[in-house]
Amino acid sequence: MIDPNTLGDSWKHYDTKNLFDELMSSPGNARKPARKLVSYLKNLTPEAFAAHQMAAESTIKETGVSFTVYTEEGNIDRAWPFDIIPRIIDKRQWDTIEKGLEQRLTALNMFIHDIYNGQKIIKDGIVPEFVLKQSSNYRKECEGIKPAFNTWAHICGSDLVRDDKGEFFVLEDNLRVPSGVSYMLENRSIMKRVMPDVFETVDIAPVGDYPAHLLEMLRSLSPRKEAKCNVVVLTPGIYNSAYFEHAFLAQQMGVELVEGADLVVQDDIVYTKNISGLTRVDVIYRRIDDLFIDPDVFDKNSMLGVRGLMRAWQKGNVALANAPGAGVADDKVIYSYIPQVIKYYLDQDPIIPNVETFLCYEPKQQEYVLKNLDKLVVKPANESGGYGMLIGPHSTKKERDHFATLIKANPRNYIAQPTLSLSTAPTLIGQSAVEPRHLDLRPFVVQSDKTYVTTGGLTRVAMKKGSLVVNSSQGGGSKDTWIVDTQGGE
Amino acid sequence: MLSRVAERVYWAARYLERIENTARLLSIYDKLLFDLPKSTQLSWYNLISINSLEEKFEERYSIKDERNVVKFMIADETNTSSITTSLNAIRENIRTTRDVVPEETWELVNELSLYVKDNIKLGINRGHRYEFLDEIIKSCHQIQGLLYGNMAQDAAWNFLRLGRNLERADMTSRILDAGVAGVIETSVDDNAINTHQLIMGHVLRSLNAMQSYRRHVRTPVDSKCVIEYIINNEQFPRTITYCYNAMHEAVTRLPKNKAVLTHLIREDTPYQADSPEKMGAALRDHLNEIQIHLGDIHEHVRQNWFALQD
Repeated sequence: MIDPNTLGDSWKHYDTKNLFDELMSSPGNARKPARKLVSYLKNLTPEAFAAHQMAAESTIKETGVSFTVYTEEGNIDRAWPFDIIPRIIDKRQWDTIEKGLEQRLTALNMFIHDIYNGQKIIKDGIVPEFVLKQSSNYRKECEGIKPAFNTWAHICGSDLVRDDKGEFFVLEDNLRVPSGVSYMLENRSIMKRVMPDVFETVDIAPVGDYPAHLLEMLRSLSPRKEAKCNVVVLTPGIYNSAYFEHAFLAQQMGVELVEGADLVVQDDIVYTKNISGLTRVDVIYRRIDDLFIDPDVFDKNSMLGVRGLMRAWQKGNVALANAPGAGVADDKVIYSYIPQVIKYYLDQDPIIPNVETFLCYEPKQQEYVLKNLDKLVVKPANESGGYGMLIGPHSTKKERDHFATLIKANPRNYIAQPTLSLSTAPTLIGQSAVEPRHLDLRPFVVQSDKTYVTTGGLTRVAMKKGSLVVNSSQGGGSKDTWIVDTQGGE
Repeated sequence: MLSRVAERVYWAARYLERIENTARLLSIYDKLLFDLPKSTQLSWYNLISINSLEEKFEERYSIKDERNVVKFMIADETNTSSITTSLNAIRENIRTTRDVVPEETWELVNELSLYVKDNIKLGINRGHRYEFLDEIIKSCHQIQGLLYGNMAQDAAWNFLRLGRNLERADMTSRILDAGVAGVIETSVDDNAINTHQLIMGHVLRSLNAMQSYRRHVRTPVDSKCVIEYIINNEQFPRTITYCYNAMHEAVTRLPKNKAVLTHLIREDTPYQADSPEKMGAALRDHLNEIQIHLGDIHEHVRQNWFALQD
């Protein structure tokens, strides 16, 4: 049985410590945009609360919202972990973040275009040449290519965090094949099923228009100006961790979901293999990493890609989103230069700051990093998904020694950042307790000649007490994200 | 439409049909056995022979009893026709074709998979088997209904129809064949006439055709009429003629269909079961030819639309 008092107590004694909490300003007191929600939740009996969570979980199971964890052999259907207490951001604050994201991606695209067309920024001494030459995501095959609107990163997922004062920072940019947007959309539809009454009283900005904006952007890239251009989503297949999302987006956009084997290139033109023959493809939203898209150019053993795809793209016969080579700008060393990059191309100060970053190839900074490994987070420059990281305060001596060796052997490949006091939000733990858990936010930005930013994004939450690792592949969960208009603010 | 997607939709339809038929066969088979005189030779093992699964079955089990047969048909993952395997196959096929079938298809298929996974014991033990199988049959109807009522009549729809009717024709011919085999086996018995009626009635019930047979034929169940009805009737959607006509219609609406159309045509003079021979061995040969012909159609469908050209 659930003790009827525990939940109420849970809110009363909810301790935000000296962290910034997204919903609560002090124990028992909600921030203005969250007031209606928190008073609704406080009035729920523990049974009703648990029933809400169960309803959400069975919805997830039945709708088959799943993701794959590579280490779980054979099981490609882990149910998406979801917490029913949403994370809330005030609309006025969000409006600024939205501008900051647009500014950032605009500068990133100008940077990538410059990198493959002239490299002015290097000649002007803003970014050192060797950083670029050693970037594993630099593709010489992209030199001199001018994609539509000079845009390379058409879909960007930047990870934002908030510190103990509530200020937003960009933690990293994902410019290759960022994933998570379908979970953002599914989280919202689950919440609408589970708590319809709250949606009636709170002014929550909708998120459902993402697929329409994505399709509009993809269509704008078409090399043929046909009324009915052929857009496809290219997936590596059902064993990819984000397959659910690939299928979801194709379905929402009403376009075909294809695998490499469904495509063929003839005379530098890409076609799908159909029941009636071949149909020309204009735009490919590819969810396959650069290195696997064309066995003729990159990984020769790739079974996922399409022979001749790169040539078709280089000749301008097909558009690829994101363009190959765009990942050069999400290298974590390049990341540390983004504030200067924004200043250089746009002559503006960054609206959303970076997290302080130490570059291990700079001798002085490396010395500092090695001395303070127990306080810092060390990341490899080109990994994603939270793999290969050292979280200093939670590490053992043996792990720190291991990283010290790695850093000394390949300093260009490592950066370090202070361990942030990430913001928290109330999260249902077990059946009857609400406790603070750390979280981040991944908004998605879509850009070609226009820019669109999702309202909010995907909130990921570390379900383990004190943990800072929010990646779903490593035990993280997620929450619906509400941008709430309080017409007047706090 | 992508060749790969067409192929997966086609297979999803075949497996869905297979599940419904298997569930129905299992759910009413014990009723037949209860009714037959104890001296008859019919056993649960017949269900294995109907589906030509003898070899697979014998690899797994040495005792040919009810429990093993039911386990093999419901839950065995090495049996490509078992309900569990067919459901997994549907899931994989629908998972990868969700953009061409109604959105809710995936949800319903998931629900059914979860139900079967969570309740598999109910199906194997006798006490609640009927409810378990009934739930599966109803879920199949629900999915078919969703497709019928909500799907655009496009190429994907026609591949669904093609797969559904090919599998159905095959199942119908097997069920009828098993009935005829039963009739032959029991012909020396004193109760033969009554037994034949029981078996042919069971064949009709396995096809859910009893009600429409009665209304159409208006005579008591007898072998000749049942055989001719199941092969020749043009209205009931599980007869062989109906399935062939439906396949023909689906193929007509698909692009690049000449080669397949040519192979679909079968001598369609109605089958006359007007002698003991034509209700026995000759009929079994005829049904066997139909099964071979269906395999041949499948091969042409595959080559014509699914084999990827590079």
